[in-house]
Order: sequence, then structure tokens, then C-alpha cells
Amino acid sequence: MRLDREVTCAELVELVTAYLEDILDPDDRERVEEHLVFCDGCSNYLEQMRATIAATGRLRAEDIPAALQEKLLAAFRDWAPA
Amino acid sequence: MEGLPAEERRLVDALRAGDESAFRALVGEYGPMMLRVARMFVSSRAVAEEVVQEAWLGVLNGIGRFEGRSSLKTWIFRILTNTAKTRAVREGRSVPFAALAGDEDDGPAVDPDRFRGPDQHFPGHWSAPPPSWTGAPEGRLLAGETLDVIEREIAKLPPAQAVVITMRDSEGFDADEVCNALDITETNQRVLLHRARSKVRRALEEYLQ
Repeated sequence: MRLDREVTCAELVELVTAYLEDILDPDDRERVEEHLVFCDGCSNYLEQMRATIAATGRLRAEDIPAALQEKLLAAFRDWAPA
Repeated sequence: MEGLPAEERRLVDALRAGDESAFRALVGEYGPMMLRVARMFVSSRAVAEEVVQEAWLGVLNGIGRFEGRSSLKTWIFRILTNTAKTRAVREGRSVPFAALAGDEDDGPAVDPDRFRGPDQHFPGHWSAPPPSWTGAPEGRLLAGETLDVIEREIAKLPPAQAVVITMRDSEGFDADEVCNALDITETNQRVLLHRARSKVRRALEEYLQ
């Protein structure tokens, strides 16, 4: 991903995942970071994105249905070495 | 299995020895995600459950030959994805991942109205910048209701986006593990994640306003 000039806010919000994944090339990373220094809106956006990721991390997966669980255990007992 | 963490090696050994508690632990940990992934590929919840059963049989029958060249988790999800794909083909349902991702009608991460237009000063910069959330009442972001907002938003996503954000942000898979499990490219993974996270953020912003 190459950006040949200053990043706008509209562009930054599309780069934020690549930035957080740390896959921007060094030049682009620097442009993003320079932008973040002077732009409160984008700093807030980045902070919101990090908060979103953290909050999503608090979700709990629901268990698999009990009937499926029972079938899996029955299959395991059939398979398991006696 | 030299490359595996000791804990994972013990788990594999226990499974090979027929230790039911090891099996239960694995099913508890990966079962829910496996069901969600399977559901992306096949036509119904019932068929997805059959795919998960078949995949676990594959895991049990293959565990003796598991060499630990990938993590156990990656190996299990590869078996699941292959099982689901085979089943989808048998169902006459070959599913291009892009179609599942619903790329076509996905707009930008943020409503264009929130940026200055091309004929304004500083085009492309915020006209309605997002607020900071650090000032939000303590704990509101992590309150149960907020988590419900996230869950509802994820449920509305195209299936591939929902699976990728769940694997990455909720279940803690890394990017490589998701690419391997779903057999998608790094770019595809990142685009799906980007779209999913952008929409969840937007839903939270609306809710927290």
C-alpha cells in the first residue's frame, strides 16, 4: 500500500486495520503516525477501534448444543482405546 | 511434536490415550467456533452439526498421525474446513468465499458525510470527528448491554466477516491461524476483519452517544 502524499482522515479510517496489524510499509506507517500526532479525530478513532477490539474480546462463546455434545462423547467412547 | 508447547503435547498424548476429560476440554474450547465456521459453508444448522461431528471423527482418527507441524488448533480447524467444503460440494453448494463475504454492497468504514467534501477546506478531513471514549462513564464500554450491542452487530454481518472477527477478536486466533483455518489469503482475511471491526465500532459509537 503506497500513499504518495499526506493521509486524509477518510483514508486513515480505511488504513486503521492494516496499521493495527502492523503490515503497512515503513513510509506509510510514518505518514499515519504523523497524521495521528496532529489529528484528535483520528486519534479518537484509533482509540475507539482499540476499545472495540478489547470489548469484542469480552464476548463469551455459547456452548454447543447438548445433543451434539452427547453425540460427540458417544463417538469418542466408541473410538477410545479400551 | 517437538515444536509444540508442552501443554499441547500433553493434550495430544491424553487424547491418544483415550482420556475423555481431554476430549471434553477440546470440544468445549473449539466446538462453538467450529460450529460457526461450518455454518458458513453448508445450508443449515443441522448439516453444520453433522459436519462438526464428522470433523471430530477425523480428528480422532488422525490424532495418531498428528506430527505437530502446526498447532493442534490449526490442525483441527483445517480438518473442519476440509470436511465442510467436501460436504458443501456434495450438497451441490460450492461456496465462493467472496460471495459469503458480501463484498459488493459494503460501503466505506465511516459514513462519507462525516468528512469534508471535495469543494471544502481540508477535503477528506473530519467534519464530524468521533469523540473520545475515555471520558465515558467508568465501565460502560464493558457493561453487559454494550456487549449485547456488539453481539447483535456481529450477528448482522455477512457470515465470513462474522467468523473472522469472532476468531480474531473474540477467540484470540492470530491472522495466520485464521488464514489457515479458513483457507483464505492474508489480504482477504484483513479486508473481512476491517469491514467487520468498522461496523462494530460504528454500532458502538451510535450506542454510546
